[in-house]
Amino acid sequence: MAVLTEEQTMLRDMAHEWADNESPVTAFRKMRNGAPASFYDPEAWTAQAGMGWAGILVPEEQGGVGMGYLSLGLVLEQLGRNLAATPLAATATATAAILIGGSDAQKAAWLPRIASGEVVATLAIDEGPRFGGAIAAAVTGGKLSGTKQFVAEGDSAQLFIVAATDGLYLVEGDAGVTRAPRKLADSRSHAQVVFDNAPADRLEGGEDLLTQVTDRAAIGTAAEMLGMAEAAFAQTNDYLKTRVQFGQVLASFQALQHRMAKMFTELELMRSAVEAGLEAADSGRANISQEASLAKAVANETLHLVSREMIQLHGGIGMTDEHDAGFYLKRARVLEQMWGNAAWHRDRFARLNGY
Amino acid sequence: MATAPEIDAPLNALDDFRTQARDWLAANFPPSLKGRDNAMSAVEGPTEEDAEQRAWREAMGEKGWGVPTWPKEYGGGGLSRAEARVLQEEMTRAGAWNPIGGMGVMMFGPTLLEYGSEEQKREHIPAIARGEVRWCQGYSEPGAGSDLASLQCFAEDHGDHYIVNGQKTWTSGGQWADKCFMLVRTDKSKKHEGITFLLCDMDTPGVEVKPIQLISGSSPFCETFFTDVKVPKSNRVGREGEGWTIGKRLLQHERNSLSGGGSAAGRMFAGTPLAQIAKKYVGVDSEGRIADADLRTRIARHEMDLRSFMLTLRRASLEAKSNQGPSAATSIMKNVGARIMQERSELLIEIRGMAGLGWEGEGFEEDALKDVRHWLFGKAVSIYGGSTEIQNNVIAKRILGMLDHQ
Repeated sequence: MAVLTEEQTMLRDMAHEWADNESPVTAFRKMRNGAPASFYDPEAWTAQAGMGWAGILVPEEQGGVGMGYLSLGLVLEQLGRNLAATPLAATATATAAILIGGSDAQKAAWLPRIASGEVVATLAIDEGPRFGGAIAAAVTGGKLSGTKQFVAEGDSAQLFIVAATDGLYLVEGDAGVTRAPRKLADSRSHAQVVFDNAPADRLEGGEDLLTQVTDRAAIGTAAEMLGMAEAAFAQTNDYLKTRVQFGQVLASFQALQHRMAKMFTELELMRSAVEAGLEAADSGRANISQEASLAKAVANETLHLVSREMIQLHGGIGMTDEHDAGFYLKRARVLEQMWGNAAWHRDRFARLNGY
Repeated sequence: MATAPEIDAPLNALDDFRTQARDWLAANFPPSLKGRDNAMSAVEGPTEEDAEQRAWREAMGEKGWGVPTWPKEYGGGGLSRAEARVLQEEMTRAGAWNPIGGMGVMMFGPTLLEYGSEEQKREHIPAIARGEVRWCQGYSEPGAGSDLASLQCFAEDHGDHYIVNGQKTWTSGGQWADKCFMLVRTDKSKKHEGITFLLCDMDTPGVEVKPIQLISGSSPFCETFFTDVKVPKSNRVGREGEGWTIGKRLLQHERNSLSGGGSAAGRMFAGTPLAQIAKKYVGVDSEGRIADADLRTRIARHEMDLRSFMLTLRRASLEAKSNQGPSAATSIMKNVGARIMQERSELLIEIRGMAGLGWEGEGFEEDALKDVRHWLFGKAVSIYGGSTEIQNNVIAKRILGMLDHQ
């Protein structure tokens, strides 16, 4: 755990407690079974906003708490532990786009409404199933047209940050916007969003802004993945201590101990990479791409390992829908694809380092 | 928020000390010695000191700064950890290196400071602090490796002295050592409680050392035989039967030094970037990338692993300083450090092809010849000082609480 200020420690403890009391995995299961149109529990979102989390990146003068990325990461990690279905990550990264590229007027128009929890916002960047492909969406005469296939929280977002050929645009979620749910394995909100001559308001900056925003999205996602990996690991460890085979608890078998030790080792490295990414975002450097690629590639690999082993080490019970292991596996694979898979980030890391 | 710079911010007292250290180094470290630190002396043996190197060692020994945090009364520097860090920074800045090291510094000294008698500390610590005495470790035996407590080397009580008989193995630097700290059995009826910690002069009659040739061609380890070796009881550290406790404490010091605090790790990985060597040997594509795409990706993976490791070292040190208690991350350091070092070696061998497998003679780059030896010697890193498997046992049992029996 990074060295935290008193404020951050309180925030983390509060988020931990809230996630365990108000948003255990059973809450996610309930949401999945109920399948509301938004794919999250609006009451839980209101509660999160009430605690200031929606405005965690928003400066105080615009109604937020201005605590920065490490603080955001601490909350996302705690929510990730319990697979909380929340539009917080999407909204926060959209917030980052406005903070970095927004004019005073754009900030004044949106940040207070985001901080209060009134507006759920999201990034609509990729057009295909993979991150980083060509962008065809275009703006003419202030109207944006194009299709984004898998927009997180796209079912309910009121504000989209949309990548077009010449930069990022703010698009309100009514006029010229059509959504269709795209049900992925993780049972969370991903929608196809079609923009047809939607009024669009341009953010300053071009290519560079897009990279700055998606780097922050990758780092935030990695923080959520850290929480998931921690929880998946802890549940597996607990299970091994109770399950008896051949007259012994599984935890006493060295072969299993070494697999757990290996995962623990990778988790420690993952935590360092993720926290360094969050700290890099806080330091305000324009170029945090190396840290973002490190955090996301390591998070992808480690959560992949831990979520796969969670199923294997639980045996048959881990295969059942009744058990939570499958939830972690399915969500892990979706987040692995989001904002660049491990191969994409390794490739970029090499390029950024001149090879 | 509390970040690294805030925590490391020098107080005024540290500023004064920094000036003092800088001035002293300017006056005492000859720039001609920059980069002449023999990092491989543990493997290749001590080299002859020239007058300048000797003067530098004596100056550092006099000052106590070779062991900066040890107490002044025993020849240490008496510095706080923060001051020692400043000293290290200033040494790095000046290109200076610490001429005082070895097992006496890394493991035996700190252990003796904790468990030794006043006479023992006065006798041994100042000599270690001045870099005058070389120590070796008499722990492992042919039948007692990872299961160290099975050791059989026996010390028989003869009133004011013991008579030691038995064999030790993997005695690092045994052929160059003046003295040996060793674990011996004084009671055959108990396993752990029958072990005692002794100090033995290597020139005592009956001590015989045979270097073991390794796959790398070097012989840094020895077999050491003890035949009716007389060791005075005044050379016993702690009580009879207390050796396991003291010996384990020493192993903690060993592990910490092998896991490498930041600077040791930094030195370990401060070679030419792999990508640069790969571009030279494998070539580049039209976009200037390493031509072998698979190799390029694996280098990136390795570099990421290394960077995560360095970040973890930094995180653990910040967490320790902020009094959050010892970080769980420290338990992974040895395994990860070993894995990264070995992986780098494997990649280097692969990158150079046949030219990376040269053993000796003409036709190979000097670095390539060195890297072959490092690759082979490096296989020891995941075996000595607690093998990877033992470290994993430690993580599983101590941290994950997995040794549950019903």
